[in-house]
Amino acid sequence: MTAAPEIGSARLRSEDARLITGRTNWTDNIQLPGLLHAAFLRSPVSHARITRVDVEAARERPGVVAVFSGADFADEQGSLPCAWPVTEDMVLPDHPPIAVEEVRYVGEPVAVVVARDRYAAADALEAIDVDYEALPPVLDMEEAIKEGADLVHADKGTNRSYEWVFEAGDIDAAFRDAPVVIERRYVQQRLIPTAMEPRAVVCSVVGDEYTLWSATQIPHILRLMLATVTGIPEHRLRVIAPDVGGGFGSKLQVYGEEVACLLLAKRLGRPVKWTESRSEGNATVHHGRDQIQRLSLAAEADGRIRGLKVDLLADMGAYLMLVTPGVPLLGAFMFNGIYKMDAYNFTCAGIFTTKTPTDAYRGAGRPEATFGIERLMDELANELSLDPLEVRRRNWIAHEEFPYDTIAGLTYDSGNYEAATDKAKELFGYDELRAEQAERRERQDPVQLGIGISTFTEMCGLAPSRVLGSLAYGAGGWEHASVRVLPSGKVEVVTGASAHGQGHETAWAQITADRLGVPFEDVRVLHGDTSISPKGMDTYGSRSLAVGGVALYNACDKVIEKAKRVAAHLLEADEKDIEFAGGSFSVRGVPDQTRSIQEVSLATFAAHDLPEGFEPSLDSDATHDPDNFSFPHGTHLCAVEVDTETGFAKIRSYVAVDDVGKVVNPLIVEGQVHGGLAQGIAQALYEEAVYDADGNLTTTTMADYLVPSAADLPTFTTDRTETPATTNPLGVKGVGEAGTIASTPAVVNSIVDALRPYGVNDVPMPCTPERVWRAIRGGGPEHSSQPGAGGGLGSAGGEA
Amino acid sequence: MPRVSVEVDGVKYDDDVEPRLLLAHYLRDRLGKVGTPIGCDTSNCGACTVLLDGMSVKSCSVLAVQADGKDVTTIEGLGDGHGLHPLQQAFHEEHALQCGYCTPGMIMAALDLIRENPDPSDQEVREGLEGNLCRCTGYQNIVRAVQNAAGAMRQSPAQEEATR
Amino acid sequence: MIPGSFDYVRPSSLDEAVTALREAGDEGKVIAGGQSLLPLLRLRLAYPEVLIDVGSVPELHGVRDEGSSLLVGAMTTHYEVIRDPLIREHAPLVAAATSTVADPAVRHRGTLGGSLAHADPAGDLPAVAVAMDAVFVTSSREIPAGEFFADYLTSALEPDEVLVGVRLPKAYAGWGFHYEKFHRTAQAWAIVGVACLVDRSNGGIAGARIGLTNMGSRPVRASAVEEAVAGGAADGEAFRAAAENAAEGTSPPSDLHGSADYRRHLAQVLTARALSKAAGA
Repeated sequence: MTAAPEIGSARLRSEDARLITGRTNWTDNIQLPGLLHAAFLRSPVSHARITRVDVEAARERPGVVAVFSGADFADEQGSLPCAWPVTEDMVLPDHPPIAVEEVRYVGEPVAVVVARDRYAAADALEAIDVDYEALPPVLDMEEAIKEGADLVHADKGTNRSYEWVFEAGDIDAAFRDAPVVIERRYVQQRLIPTAMEPRAVVCSVVGDEYTLWSATQIPHILRLMLATVTGIPEHRLRVIAPDVGGGFGSKLQVYGEEVACLLLAKRLGRPVKWTESRSEGNATVHHGRDQIQRLSLAAEADGRIRGLKVDLLADMGAYLMLVTPGVPLLGAFMFNGIYKMDAYNFTCAGIFTTKTPTDAYRGAGRPEATFGIERLMDELANELSLDPLEVRRRNWIAHEEFPYDTIAGLTYDSGNYEAATDKAKELFGYDELRAEQAERRERQDPVQLGIGISTFTEMCGLAPSRVLGSLAYGAGGWEHASVRVLPSGKVEVVTGASAHGQGHETAWAQITADRLGVPFEDVRVLHGDTSISPKGMDTYGSRSLAVGGVALYNACDKVIEKAKRVAAHLLEADEKDIEFAGGSFSVRGVPDQTRSIQEVSLATFAAHDLPEGFEPSLDSDATHDPDNFSFPHGTHLCAVEVDTETGFAKIRSYVAVDDVGKVVNPLIVEGQVHGGLAQGIAQALYEEAVYDADGNLTTTTMADYLVPSAADLPTFTTDRTETPATTNPLGVKGVGEAGTIASTPAVVNSIVDALRPYGVNDVPMPCTPERVWRAIRGGGPEHSSQPGAGGGLGSAGGEA
Repeated sequence: MPRVSVEVDGVKYDDDVEPRLLLAHYLRDRLGKVGTPIGCDTSNCGACTVLLDGMSVKSCSVLAVQADGKDVTTIEGLGDGHGLHPLQQAFHEEHALQCGYCTPGMIMAALDLIRENPDPSDQEVREGLEGNLCRCTGYQNIVRAVQNAAGAMRQSPAQEEATR
Repeated sequence: MIPGSFDYVRPSSLDEAVTALREAGDEGKVIAGGQSLLPLLRLRLAYPEVLIDVGSVPELHGVRDEGSSLLVGAMTTHYEVIRDPLIREHAPLVAAATSTVADPAVRHRGTLGGSLAHADPAGDLPAVAVAMDAVFVTSSREIPAGEFFADYLTSALEPDEVLVGVRLPKAYAGWGFHYEKFHRTAQAWAIVGVACLVDRSNGGIAGARIGLTNMGSRPVRASAVEEAVAGGAADGEAFRAAAENAAEGTSPPSDLHGSADYRRHLAQVLTARALSKAAGA
């Protein structure tokens, strides 16, 4: 009897049981005997020399165990790592976990208190006295690269960390005499990732054994990096990522607070916990995006693209963190999108400013690139008075052209942009909405309708190690899995991926159940602890299924290969004649003679009667290094109603047709798309990290950094086409970032489309009502930010 | 230090507390009721939502002393000890959670919403949950889960009583 | 984040509350529902030495019918205001505006008196109070709404004065009403809000009362609009013409969510809309 396939079934998630009942293991939940609490004093200024740190008074406060300044750790705290030196001459400044001589962004740690509880620790911070000698803030990238600009790192002599160039085709020829040239400057505003769980760290030391719990996406990378930074031997350090409440890239990091907690536990010989507050986190969790894009597109009169020039300034913030410099470069491979062109030129300069460091945020480089090209395609359509879908169709790679070598040097293995677009158009009612738009324009309705398009692709499944090597990334891109078949036939799967909301415990069990023919309930998935899963590259870049899932697939195959030998022995048949299906081994042509995988497992455990020379274990490991990236794609259509009197933009409908290849669990895939859309829409409409002229972050609370609620978002229509990836046996592509990558340009395109009759061809993000209103009025000065005035004051929408 | 008497999920507690102790920290750090997490400083995110005398509140914006003499229900007090509450069941069935950090607050807020409005429209659910932020789900499945749970609770109103 | 230390007293009568405030001097702070105060304490933007919790003061509770007005106890929660039959009947604008305040959980704790005493010009209720000439009844006197809001986050309350309740006149019970709130997200503060009452007794607009949220350091009356619209027709054109005066005499802030000139523009658009909705036209 063969059960229905698990792969492709909408299994309810196993991890829900603890999450819906409050039996969760967040890092801040962890209690240990003698646990102390740390709190960090942070720089209140954007840029200054530290001339004095006096911690004496703080040490006298009740409940305080210890207080340290950065200088107290200067000899052992090392420098926080950057694993991606993108060029040989990249400027890489020292980055002490706790500042010693200079602070370079508001929120940078300056001193740390350790006390008996979090209240005492917070109180003692106020007793620390720090003298700062002001240095000029560096806030504007375009100013920062000018001759004689104030410097973030004076000793480096420049604010430019690197310049990275990619060229393909003859760009001059493409632009020479081009019938159409579109030039635009777009700004990718700075975002705060805002995982719902704030960061938290617990560190315990017993003898020379260190255990560090952290709300991290990357327990494995973190262990290696912490060992490197602190000198604690890697094999003495265990890193655990317990339940982790979202990451979106923000927990793909090695944070100073993690290093500090390790050093504090070591120095004090007692366990230490640190949990950040939201306002602390908004200023100090790495930020995302923040690019100035100067784009030029050359095209034929019929809309076919000749060439694309991309010139980026990417804000690094004050320091280079784990993959800071590489993030914008991931966009280098994506600015061409799904389109064919003859020439492409990409230049990116990484710029230091006295702001919070940037790093990966959901999509990491690809949303920025997708935004650029998808906005340009709409501009091109407008220039040529063509339907924006038609311009895209004239340029995209036709489905029969796959595999296709793109101008950016990637090979797209598969895709069907026609199918996804056709489906999306139909679900959306594209023609009807265009008719309504025309009608509203005709009668000059104060509420105008706009239609936004995004026919996107992305690269995920990070990543082929050889490619990472060629990009000077400091590690490989493989993933590991092991499968342990227990005597009772139950199965433990250990994965190097580190889920923090994605549902690996369910999806991995589905893959295993299908491959081994065991019930779904008989599989347990273990992850997120370097002692349980010693090998892994963790979870980011929509890689877990496309890389880690394939590792698991391969490990299961190895189990079956081993089990076949045992089964052949038990069935007294030749191994070549053994067939395996539905968890059962049989001899070809003798279907009534079978051994279940559970029987084989028990026999292997007993080991009384095994084939000659057989090692008595079915357990298997696999490490998978992908041959290529995977390339999810899709067509997203957004209809927006813009109130031209107030500038308020309201999404009326949103259709997302995604092609993420084969699907292991459609429920999880749909959820990933929904959440991705919400974040991409949030960039288009709501979110922006704002610094004032002195370099103070003014969006430190959720009252000012506007994360949308249920009341602010529409009901999405989602659907899929399924063009399997040809580069992995599961046919999967990855779905974690697709929604975010696709949706931002769809929304902005829809707003600009609504406002075309007003001569508008851009609205800067986020498209706030005021910006929309100003665009309609034909520009005018941007408002100045004067924090503190006019309500809010860091308080909620509530009133006492 | 003031003394508070509070009943939390059916258990009575008498404790001396600092006046400034937040109810959320009292639950988490003193009582070990860590099912209720904290997500912000400004009462915007709603992760810490519990019921105080049957009404939803953000436990990070209530002092423990203000809860004196009152009854607190947290996510850990839902269900009858064996089965899941209809809201918990619906969140599971509709895939209304991913990382799960907002889920306790979201469920407690939804419970309050259904108490007020046993048969809400989608828009009423969205507006009723405006004080609870989720970063993973885009809310769509949450809305569906609350609708389904409301339907189930209309079928068997006794379930709701069991949570008081 | 975590509040600094403070002492806490919970008086059980108005006299006790006043005495406690007097003893605390400048270092005392009244806490009602705490929904504005607690975030400020947690962010350490406020450092009172003593919190005086007026939640158990009986004089501050309940809604009383005084004949020509209602006296709404300061501790009446937003939740109670929205549902109170007397308020819904005699001062429905208050209930309508209150239903836009924050979110349900905050409305369970937050109180009418607390949000008014907080005197945040971005709050929704101060504009309503000035629109309808509410009277603030304190432990020692009565203060007209026009004098209660002294400045940004500053009320006319003396350090030892407790807000007991708010007297809402019934005079506007039959008037059309609307609170027009404009904000970027459901939870965000109003960039601009318009509290509007219109008297339709003459078929057109016999009179109007309009209060503006977040158009200055205190809630302001749009008196010029009130004058322009009175005696006129109840139609969109008349409302738009009158509303062109909405920003007159205001000094709106420029901040993260909107510049002053955008707010002036919004005040005009939203006032016209509020008039239309209040008039049912």
